[in-house]
Amino acid sequence: MEIIVLLKQVPSTESFIEIAEDEMSIKKDDIKFVINPYDEFAVEEAIRLKETHGGSVTILSAGTDKTVEAIRTALAMGADKGILINDPAIEGCDALGTARILAAVLKDTPFDLIIAGQRAVDDDNFQVGLAVAEFLSIPHISMVIKQEITDGKIRCQRTVEGGSVTLEARLPVLFTTQRGLNEPRYASLPGIMKAKKKPLDIKTLEDIGLDSEKAGKPMTKITAMKFPPERKEGKIIEGESAREKAAALVMALREEARVI
Amino acid sequence: MIFSETFEKEIMLNFDLTKEQEMIRKEVRRFAAKEIAPVAGDLDESEEFSVELTTKMGEIGLFGMFVSEEYEGQDMDYLSYIIAVEEIARVDGSQAATIAAGNSLGIGPIYYFGTKEQKKKYLPKLCTGEALWGFGLTEPTAGSDAGGSKTTAVLDGDEWVINGSKIFITNAACEMTMGVTVQAITGTRPSGKPEYTCFLVEQGTRGFKAVPMHKKMMWRASNTAELYFDDVRISKDSLLGEVGDGFHQMLKTLDNGRLSIGAMGLGGAQGAYEAALKYAKDRIQFGQPICKFQAVAFKLADCAVEIECARNLLYKACCLKDQNRAFEKEAAMSKLYCSEMMGRVVNHAVQIHGGYGLMKEYDVERFYRDQKLLDIGEGTSEIQRIVISRYIGC
Repeated sequence: MEIIVLLKQVPSTESFIEIAEDEMSIKKDDIKFVINPYDEFAVEEAIRLKETHGGSVTILSAGTDKTVEAIRTALAMGADKGILINDPAIEGCDALGTARILAAVLKDTPFDLIIAGQRAVDDDNFQVGLAVAEFLSIPHISMVIKQEITDGKIRCQRTVEGGSVTLEARLPVLFTTQRGLNEPRYASLPGIMKAKKKPLDIKTLEDIGLDSEKAGKPMTKITAMKFPPERKEGKIIEGESAREKAAALVMALREEARVI
Repeated sequence: MIFSETFEKEIMLNFDLTKEQEMIRKEVRRFAAKEIAPVAGDLDESEEFSVELTTKMGEIGLFGMFVSEEYEGQDMDYLSYIIAVEEIARVDGSQAATIAAGNSLGIGPIYYFGTKEQKKKYLPKLCTGEALWGFGLTEPTAGSDAGGSKTTAVLDGDEWVINGSKIFITNAACEMTMGVTVQAITGTRPSGKPEYTCFLVEQGTRGFKAVPMHKKMMWRASNTAELYFDDVRISKDSLLGEVGDGFHQMLKTLDNGRLSIGAMGLGGAQGAYEAALKYAKDRIQFGQPICKFQAVAFKLADCAVEIECARNLLYKACCLKDQNRAFEKEAAMSKLYCSEMMGRVVNHAVQIHGGYGLMKEYDVERFYRDQKLLDIGEGTSEIQRIVISRYIGC
């Protein structure tokens, strides 16, 4: 089975994020980058599928020179090959643009299954996976916590409010990951050495037959980026007894916070 | 740090690590944070060697890093191994000890001096972390003075008969221990000095007993043993190298071991410094974070400088070794400097933590204790100074 994983490199969740002077982006100089955690579930699930069904796992990403690190890490975990679309035009891309680029690569790449993170934790767009499925005219199943493949069909379980739902579709399919799907493995040290010899194709937009002027052009534009307002200082309710404190709390909730 | 491959015109310095070395650091750091950090304090407190954790360390490939693939090793350069030890030590000295001793003292001698049969027999299990191997050198009456050792091996027909004892032997008496390399006196050299030979003794050999040592101040979650040899009979095949090679093998093993002890000092210092820096930024006294006071800020600045120096020295020694150039002097310097440097850093780190630094709830308390071994194990700081002073011509 040929499996494609859509992967994005994002700032590490432990990084200290600062807004850049243009107030529309973040400072990228000193931050560490990692594989988007939801994409990491996708890599793990793909490797597990390969271990059961055979075949190969290809990592596909649109990014910059730096993205090579994230792809290499996925290769060290056990993926077989990588494709990186590296083009200056990608820097300003929005979700739809990224999906169009990834879909263009996939039009010429044979696959049975595509796995993507439900969203990237930097932009929180929730768009790329399903837009790629749309461009390729294949079914899309979102936020999967369990899957099973038999006889060319995939059965996916996903959570809904208060329960779960099982969906079935004929391959090829694109599904996106939800926390709980699996526990991603570490890239083992022997894996890191083996990853060195695995193929990584780096292509420009022109190489995949796209016009960089058009393909990278965003249809949405970020106009401002702000931190959430700082939390106001808390208030400690004083009182002699629990009863007195409770009364003061009710009063505060009614009069000051106006929530009851 | 690697030197440019072109030596034709001039040697260019390059302080960048390779992509693989960077990845190894990242993955080992991630592993240590997730798997070791949450349990390090408890294992230290209960003085417990964790088979589970050691197995996990084996699974990600922390054993046999410099061993060729033929014996299930990872076939990496020595610097990669040192970076891995550094990253484990950044979180916990005990687990770093298991890795450093497992590789440098357990796997090393068999890999460098063993026969093909011996390597095939022992290395695959040792390199996958399924089993551990000890290196028996120190004796109750022979620490810095190897001449005081009393363990002997006598050839009796086709068998060697070993008698004596060893002390402070890492990884030698836990559930995973498969055996030990033991150095014994096998005769007298023409110079009148004892002739030393090393032997491979498997766990369970009749007359061989390994007893765990407890009530340690440091490395409490690492396994330390006393070994007793009472008419232990082993076959001629269990000889490591040739009769009389023991002293030379011991020196070579310790040269390599010094790099990993250096890595433990460097990593431990890094961990303690990071904890102190974080605490100094969070702790408010006199209306501001204490890192704003020069008394604290200067301590942290000194730590940062010393760690940088130590890393450059240690990585240079590894770089020399990886190029098959002489590295012994730099290895001794690294062992000495990194160990003592960590002593200064943990001292500052505890001081910056104030009263909290004296409590087990804070990691620096453990780092403070774990450091002391580094001044003593695998050649005391005094012995390192003797080694270095000889290299510089004193």
